Amino acid sequence: MNAVIAWLTDPAHWSGGAGVPVRLLEHLWYTALTVAIAVVIAIPAGALVGHTGRGGFLVVSLANSLRALPTLGLLVLLVSFIGIGLGAPLIALVVLAVPPILAGTYAGVQAVDRSVVDAARGMGMSEREILLQVELPNALPLIIGGVRSATLQVISTATIAAYVGLGGLGRFIIDGLAVRDYPQMAAGSLLVALLAVAADLALAWSQRLLVSPGLRSVSASRRPTPAPRPAAERPAAA
Amino acid sequence: MIEFRGVTKQFPDGTTAVDDLDLVADAGRITVFVGPSGCGKTTSLRMVNRMIEPTWGTILVNGADIMDHDPAELRRGIGYVIQQAGLFPHRTILDNVATVPLLLGWNKKQARERAAELMELVGLAPEMAGRYPAQLSGGQQQRVGVARALAADPPVLLMDEPFSAVDPVVRESLQDELLRLQSELGKTIVFVTHDIDEAIKLGDKVAVFRTGGVLAQYDEPGVLLSRPADDFVDNFVGRDRGYRGLGFLSSDGLPIGELATVSVGDAGPSEGWALVVDGERRPLGWLDGGTQANGAVTAGDLVPGGSLYDTDSGSLRSALDAALSSPSGQGVAIDGEGRVVGSVSADEVLRALADARRTGAAA
Repeated sequence: MNAVIAWLTDPAHWSGGAGVPVRLLEHLWYTALTVAIAVVIAIPAGALVGHTGRGGFLVVSLANSLRALPTLGLLVLLVSFIGIGLGAPLIALVVLAVPPILAGTYAGVQAVDRSVVDAARGMGMSEREILLQVELPNALPLIIGGVRSATLQVISTATIAAYVGLGGLGRFIIDGLAVRDYPQMAAGSLLVALLAVAADLALAWSQRLLVSPGLRSVSASRRPTPAPRPAAERPAAA
Repeated sequence: MIEFRGVTKQFPDGTTAVDDLDLVADAGRITVFVGPSGCGKTTSLRMVNRMIEPTWGTILVNGADIMDHDPAELRRGIGYVIQQAGLFPHRTILDNVATVPLLLGWNKKQARERAAELMELVGLAPEMAGRYPAQLSGGQQQRVGVARALAADPPVLLMDEPFSAVDPVVRESLQDELLRLQSELGKTIVFVTHDIDEAIKLGDKVAVFRTGGVLAQYDEPGVLLSRPADDFVDNFVGRDRGYRGLGFLSSDGLPIGELATVSVGDAGPSEGWALVVDGERRPLGWLDGGTQANGAVTAGDLVPGGSLYDTDSGSLRSALDAALSSPSGQGVAIDGEGRVVGSVSADEVLRALADARRTGAAA
């Protein structure tokens, strides 16, 4: 442990092109790019399936089978097809990130109370308006949940970029392994874990900003409630 | 006015939900569709705003064929209230009410001002505006549902079992509220319910459907009670229909008898019942003559009274109920201000009923 602290507090490791700040930024860049691409693919697809109610089985099966793919194996396969570069690890990571976001969006849209959707349609909303103004805002807690879980997986797995010669915090682990520098490996792992915790906190905070306060008490008040008491009604009637 | 012309709805599985419906819902009136489950009443309602498309037949809303409009555009011009209210959980009460004006392209400020007016109209306190649906009781949610449906001032309002999920006391107050609103607004309302009492209370005309989507009878509620078209309607209207039918007979001309009254502190009668009144001649309760200890009437001597018969707006039903529920057998008649004007007896009500039958009003 002392060796790890010594490694982390060594100023030499915090500067230059192979220092912690640069590696951290590279790692964040891979993560952000991956999650952005996954969001662009998974949210529209999940929303469409959730809204129409068609293909739900397909989505769940696809999401489950994608989850079962070993990312490292996929990466090696992709490199053999498209070669070294950002492309192969990016695709492998997107394949990892899509399932939780897809499942979250699908489940979130699917779970919107049918009477709410019926009312929206009955008041004259177009299907697009129903999706954008009613279903997606109400599905947001589950969508963000999916993005959080995808982000955590991508942060921890983006270390494999180093395996094909790219940067990121994975470098400390891969390079450390190559020269049996265990303090460096442990420090790299620790940095990945800290980054994951920080990213999760940031997303939790964004959830508070983005999700309507009306949905916050959902789990407490949305359970089938018995008919409200007249006593609760009277003040409003007065 | 809403007109059904030979409207049939068959579902893909072959069941007929609505069978050759011909019916006119009058403009500015409440038309109630009532019947057991599976009778096609909700399907009929939902065909009006094309939430369900008819298989055959034509539906006209204010003379225009509903099929000539784009469904979303048609629905923006028709108010729609459903059973669970269907409020948007992620929007405040004010923004829920402003939904249709915003869909119609009003600016946000106008739409919100209109929504605030509507909240006041349906009896929701202004401080509710910023709350979310989950923070409201079921009855309050349903008021918001009605306000939301009325926001763009549509001439037609469709209400699909709007009050069936709330408890009876709240339901009654929502029904009274709807009747009050309707007396101000004069909308063409189609109201679906499975509750015959609700149908009779709210409907200017009531359409009774039977299983299989066949219209069994379409009449004013008084006629439905006094002359059910067949055994099905008779059964559906239920017991006590003779008694409930009295509610549709005017009590004009019902003789008002003398009534002995005393005030608290006065000496009570030595025998017989007397009504105790306050300084404004409002009834407080009954006194059984001779039971008070020292001659002067005290609040502790009072026996609770029965229902009151309002001579300004009451029916034969309320007069009879006043007589039957009173401990003295004399029903208390009051004026519009709540002051005692005299008594009514069950015998007089039955005599008035016989007269009404003779002149054909109740035949």
